[in-house]
Amino acid sequence: MSENLPALLIVVPLILAPVAALVGRRDLSWAVAAAACWWAFGAALALLRRVQAEGVIRYELGGWAPPIGIEYRVDLASAFVALIVATIGAVTVVYARTSIAQEITEDRAPLFYAAYILCLTGLMGIAITGDVFNVFVFLEISSLSAYALIALGHDRRALTAAYQYLIMGSVGATFIVIGIGLMYVMTGTLNMVDLAERLPAVADNRTIPVAFAFLTVGVTLKLALFPLHLWLPNAYTYAPSAVTAFMASTATKVSVYLLLRFFFTVFGFDFAWVGMELHRVLMPLSVVAILAMSLVAIYQTNVKRLLAFSSVAQIGYMMLGISFGSVLGVTAGILHLFNHALMKGALFMAMGCVMYRVGSVSTDRMAGLGKAMPWTMAAFVLAGLSLIGVPLTVGFVSKWYLVQAALEQGQWAVAGVVMVGSLMALVYIWKVVEVAYFGEPDPDHELREAPLGLLVPTWILVIASFWFGIDATTTAEVATAAAETLLRGLP
Amino acid sequence: MSGMLGMVNYWAVIVLMMVGFYTLIARGNLVKKLIGLNIFQTAVIMMYVSFGKITGATAPILIQSGDHGGGGAEHVVYSNPIPHVLMLTAIVVGVATLSVGLSLVVRINEAYGTVDEDEINRKDNGL
Repeated sequence: MSENLPALLIVVPLILAPVAALVGRRDLSWAVAAAACWWAFGAALALLRRVQAEGVIRYELGGWAPPIGIEYRVDLASAFVALIVATIGAVTVVYARTSIAQEITEDRAPLFYAAYILCLTGLMGIAITGDVFNVFVFLEISSLSAYALIALGHDRRALTAAYQYLIMGSVGATFIVIGIGLMYVMTGTLNMVDLAERLPAVADNRTIPVAFAFLTVGVTLKLALFPLHLWLPNAYTYAPSAVTAFMASTATKVSVYLLLRFFFTVFGFDFAWVGMELHRVLMPLSVVAILAMSLVAIYQTNVKRLLAFSSVAQIGYMMLGISFGSVLGVTAGILHLFNHALMKGALFMAMGCVMYRVGSVSTDRMAGLGKAMPWTMAAFVLAGLSLIGVPLTVGFVSKWYLVQAALEQGQWAVAGVVMVGSLMALVYIWKVVEVAYFGEPDPDHELREAPLGLLVPTWILVIASFWFGIDATTTAEVATAAAETLLRGLP
Repeated sequence: MSGMLGMVNYWAVIVLMMVGFYTLIARGNLVKKLIGLNIFQTAVIMMYVSFGKITGATAPILIQSGDHGGGGAEHVVYSNPIPHVLMLTAIVVGVATLSVGLSLVVRINEAYGTVDEDEINRKDNGL
């Protein structure tokens, strides 16, 4: 059983997805979804422990050896990302029970849970596969289910948001397929390890830089790097609360991981950074993402939309770390990937609580909520502190590493941008806090605290974002080791 | 000249790809956008199929040496089946994407009464 763990991590949820759709009752399908998510959580945790103890796990699917068969290749970075996805999935599924019961009708709930499990499966699959075409297949599994999940939103604009995401996401995926095809035609393999071995020999051919360009654009579309982020704000704003919390903490993160995988494992540092001078593109775009998107976030009145723009800015931080191309920088990127998943998940869940009681997340409807929903707003404030990067929170840890990575290369201006970005985060979080705590509540509306089914998952993430902020050694060790493995290339 | 003619299928791929991509960007009608997306994806399928084709090669089905009255199996050249098989998956993905997209368009049409992008934007901003 433990021998086949990499396959079971994917196969068990994949089989449970149609089961969730077929059982037909909301509670039953929720139970199936919860089983799938918690199974994935346990399996991902066990995988990470095994990788830490034994090193890279190579699993041949169906016993077919790599050049012909598909291989799952689990190293520290992939196990870590799979664990992030599974953790957020397991917490969000608890949250979804209460939240979805209100937002989605009884007959559609089983389909919702089926799509949710499929999305989770696809994202974890991207993390652990070692075959580039398999990446595309999992990418489409997660994306197609994500389109459906977003379209389930209450507002009719959810439909256009999902449509827009579908168009841009499919273009991104097709670009990735073109890149994969061009690599295949030059090397005759789809396995990441084989590709890494054979690519340097043909790197002078013009086909390989073209493949690299297609892959970079395709993946950055998926991870919503500025200026390819246009699908993200609407999708996050109008999707059901649980879906927003899940997607914001996982979907873009897995794409960031995919970029790391392509840049470092497949093409290698020498090709991507020395040959293609990738940092000359990534760094300016990340800086613009941080500054411009934080500025846009400040002017939003819909808090979910505000947080969505903030997400694009935070992706800028991750890409900034990666663009340094140093161990410290990539560590900062991976750390922020984990940390941002925790705090953005908590923030969107808190907004889901507001949505549940108030029916809107517009700032003019949130006046006085600090008194009416103390626990919800306290969670928002604490997770917001983390987003700003106050010491003792996870946000501080990742920014600490990021600034260090910038200073290591003498990039003072870039370190300054990180600071300015934090100040801007302070402004937009404060905007919500001001309304909620100092605004006069509407006396016509009697508001109660959100139910426990929503508060508990929210607080789990809030406490986690402090826990890993105070004791950052575990995550920092894993992230550093993962960054070292990535940068070293393949053994 | 032979280079240009030998590459004719790749020229077709490029033309198709650009036609699809342009339709996707320039058209305001949501259904036409999906058609553009599909043409774009089909161009990629054609590209992969061209990768695998070897001039004069046969389909990759094992020919037994006895089948053709003594014709040796060792002289048979096969096309590379892997890109073709990959495209079976891509076709399935393309169909799934198209159907999800079209069902979204149906829902959008029910909610807005139109499938035109500009009109949808107008209705949203008029709220």
